[in-house]
Amino acid sequence: MKLAHYLSNIEGVSIYPIISLLIFVIFFVIVTLRVFRMSDQSVKHIERLPLDDE
Amino acid sequence: MQLEKFTYDNKLSKLFAFATIFWGVTGMLIGLIAALQLAFPIVNLSDFFPYAAFGRLRPVHTNAVIFAFVGNGFFTAVYYSLPRLLKTSMWSEKLGKFHFWGWQLIIVAAAITLMMGFTQAKEYAELEWPIDIAIAVVWVAFGINMLGTILNRRERHLYVAIWFYLGSWVTVAMLHIVNSMAMPVNLFKSYSMYAGVQDALVQWWYGHNAVAFFLTTPYLGLMYYFLPKAAERPVYSYRLSIVHFWSLIFLYIWAGPHHLLYTSIPEWAQSLGTVFSIMLLLPSWGGMLNGLFTLRGAWDKVRETPLLKFFVVGVTSYGMATFEGPMLSLKNVNAISHYSDWTVAHVHIGALGWNGFMTFGMLYWLIPKLYNAKIYSQRLVNTHFWIGTLGIILYAIPLYVGAFRSYFMMKSFTPEGQLEYQFMDIVSAVLPYYVMRALGGGLYLAGFGLMVYNMYKTCKSGEFVEKEEAEAAPLAPNYQAPKNSFWHSVIERKPILLLVLSLIVVSIGGMVEIIPTYLVKSNIPTIASVKPYTPLELQGRDIYIREGCYNCHSQQVRPFRYEVARYGEYSKAGESVYDHPYQWGSKRTGPDLARIGGKYPDSWHFYHMLKPSDVVEKSIMPPYPHLFTDDVNIATTRSKIHAMRKVGVPYEKGYEATANDDLIDQAKKIVKSLKSADIEISESKEIIALIAYLQRLGTDIKAETAQNK
Ligand code: HEC
Repeated sequence: MKLAHYLSNIEGVSIYPIISLLIFVIFFVIVTLRVFRMSDQSVKHIERLPLDDE
Repeated sequence: MQLEKFTYDNKLSKLFAFATIFWGVTGMLIGLIAALQLAFPIVNLSDFFPYAAFGRLRPVHTNAVIFAFVGNGFFTAVYYSLPRLLKTSMWSEKLGKFHFWGWQLIIVAAAITLMMGFTQAKEYAELEWPIDIAIAVVWVAFGINMLGTILNRRERHLYVAIWFYLGSWVTVAMLHIVNSMAMPVNLFKSYSMYAGVQDALVQWWYGHNAVAFFLTTPYLGLMYYFLPKAAERPVYSYRLSIVHFWSLIFLYIWAGPHHLLYTSIPEWAQSLGTVFSIMLLLPSWGGMLNGLFTLRGAWDKVRETPLLKFFVVGVTSYGMATFEGPMLSLKNVNAISHYSDWTVAHVHIGALGWNGFMTFGMLYWLIPKLYNAKIYSQRLVNTHFWIGTLGIILYAIPLYVGAFRSYFMMKSFTPEGQLEYQFMDIVSAVLPYYVMRALGGGLYLAGFGLMVYNMYKTCKSGEFVEKEEAEAAPLAPNYQAPKNSFWHSVIERKPILLLVLSLIVVSIGGMVEIIPTYLVKSNIPTIASVKPYTPLELQGRDIYIREGCYNCHSQQVRPFRYEVARYGEYSKAGESVYDHPYQWGSKRTGPDLARIGGKYPDSWHFYHMLKPSDVVEKSIMPPYPHLFTDDVNIATTRSKIHAMRKVGVPYEKGYEATANDDLIDQAKKIVKSLKSADIEISESKEIIALIAYLQRLGTDIKAETAQNK
C-alpha cells in the first residue's frame, strides 16, 4: 500500500504530533475565546441550574 | 406560560445507588483477596480449584470496580441529576429498568465467565464476545434514555454535567466497539481482530480512554452536579468548566500510547502519547481547581459537614493522579514506572481517592435525601473519612517505595558486569510492601463497611420517597436566541449537535492513532523467520490466556542494558505479527517471558508449573495442578486454526484437517523429552501444550540470529 509506505518510511511521520498539536491549539483558542465572550446573564442562569432544581 | 406538572421518579436512582454499594464492597473485597494472594500465595487456593488464582481474579477485581462500582455510581448520578437539570421525568422508565437489570446481569455473567477462564486477555476488555454484545445493547438503551430525556426537557440550556455525561457515553460506545472486534471461535472464545503492535495500540487507546471516559469524565459530571448541591453554591467558574470539558475530551483521546513507551510501537506514536499526556495536566488541573474553588469561603462548612470532606479529598486525589499521569508519560520516568507497582499505586489514587470518595460523597448526600431522613451518625461519616484516607495512604506509599526499590535492584550490575540480583531476590524485597498494601486496602474497605451500616440505619429511620412532584413551564416552541448569544449556547441548546461534535472531537484523535496501525502490517519490518504458532503451541497459548498469566508476566523486552541482560534481546515489532491478541502485558510481578523459549529444559517447566516454590524458593507464583490432570480439548483445534486464518494468520488452506496430527506429533516429542528426565505423563494433558508454547516464545528471532552468524 502506497500510503502505508509513506507513513512508515518518510521521516515526516514525526509530523503527526505537530499536526495534532496544531489542531488542538486552534480548537482550544476558539473555545476559550468564545467562552469568555459568553454573556454574564446566561452564565448566571446556567450555573444555578443544579441549585434551583427542586 | 402555563406551568406543567410532572414527577421525578427516584426508584432507579435508588436501585443504582444500592448496586454501587453492593458491587463496591464485592469488587474491593476481591481486590483485597488478590492483594493477599501476592503477599501469601497460599491464598490462591490452587490446590482446591483453578477458578480463583490471581491471574483469573485480578480481572474480576478490575472489571468489578470499574464497570460495576463506578459504572453504577455514574448511572446513579445520571438518573438523579439528569431529570432535575432538565426539569422533566426520565424519558422511559421501562428502558431504565432494562438498563439497570441488564447491567447487573452483565456484571454477574462477567464475574462467572472470568473465573471460568473465558477471556479475551485485553485489560479491562476481557469479557468474551457475547457479553460484549450485551454491553453494547444495554449501553445503547442507556443512551437512548438520556437523549429522550434531553429532547423532552423544559430547560433550554444543558448544564455542563450533562455534557460530560453525553461525551462519556458516545466515547465509551466508540471505544468499546472498536477494541472488542474479534473473530469468534465458539460461544466462549474469540481471537482479537488485531495482532501485535496494532492490537497493543488499539488496546491502550481503549484502556487509557476507559480510564478517561469511564472513570474520569462521568465523575466530573457527577462533581459538577453534586459538589455545588452539597455545598449549596454554584460552581466556581462555569466558563472554566466548558473549557475543561472540550480540552479534556480532545486531549485524552490521544494519550493512549504512553502505556507503550519503549515498546516496539512506532516512535511517532510514542511521542504523540507523551506530548498529549503532558498537555492534559492543564485541563485536569483546571477542573480540579474549579471543584475546589467552589468551596471558597465555605471551609467552615466543610469542617461541619463531613460529607464535603469526601469531595475535597476526592477532587484533590483527582489533581494528584492527573499530575502524576503526565509525569509517568515522560520517557525517563516511565522507564522506572512501567511494569512496576508504581502504576498500581497511581491507579489506586484515582480509584480509591477520586472515584471512591466522590461516590461516598454523593451517596452520603443522596441517600438521606431519597429516604427523607437525616444521616444516622455524622460521627461515623467522619470516622469513615479518616479511615478511608489513611487506607489510601497506606495503600499507595508502600507500593511507591517498593517500586523504586525494585527498580534499583533490577538495574544494578556488579563491577564485573553481571546482574547483581536474581528476579526472586527482587520479589522477596518487595514482599513486605505487598503486605502493607493489603493492610491499607483492608482499612479502606473497613471504612466502606461503616458507610454500609450508617446508610442502613439512615434508610431505616426514614421512608423512601418514590416520587417527587415538580412543575415547570414547557419550552417555548419558536425560541429565538437572544441577539448577543453566540454559537456556544447554540451547541448547548442542541443536544444532538453536542453529541456529534464530541464524537468528531474524540474520533480525530482515535483515527490519527489507529488508521496508521491498519497499515502497520506493511510497514512493520517483517522478520522472515517469524512463523505462525503450531497447533499445539496455539492451544498452549490459549491456556496461557485462560489462566491470565499476562496479569503477572510481560512479553516485551525494552531496549535497556539491564533488561537485555536479564531477559535477552529486546522485542521487535515484527515478532508479534501473529499474536491475536498481543500478550505484552503491563505488569511484571514475575519476569518477562518474551524469550523464555529454550531458557530451561521442558522438565523445569513441568515441575515449576506444578509447584513454583519447589523449583524457585519462595516463589509467589501460583501452582497450576489442574493442567496436569485436564486434557487439551483438541476438538477446538480446527475452528481455532480457521478463525486465526480469518484474522490474517497465514495457515495453509485446508490445514484444519491435519492440524491435530501435527499437534499430537509435537506433544509426543515433549512427552519423550520429559521421559528422559524421568517424568511420566500422557501427551494429552494441558501442561504439554503450555510447555510447547513457552518453549516457542522468542525463539524465532534466535533462529534468525543463528542463521546470520
Ligand atoms: C501472581 C503472579 C504470577 C502469575 C499469575 C503467574 N506467574 Fe509465572 N512467575 C511469577 C513469579 C513471581 C516468578 C518468578 C519466580 C519463579 O520463577 O517462580 C514467575 C516465574 C515464571 C517463569 C520462569 C521465568 C524465568 O525466566 O525464570 C515462567 C516460565 C512462568 N512464571 C510462567 C507462568 C505461566 C505460564 C503462568 C500462567 C499459567 C504464570 N507464570 C502465572 C509470578 C506469576
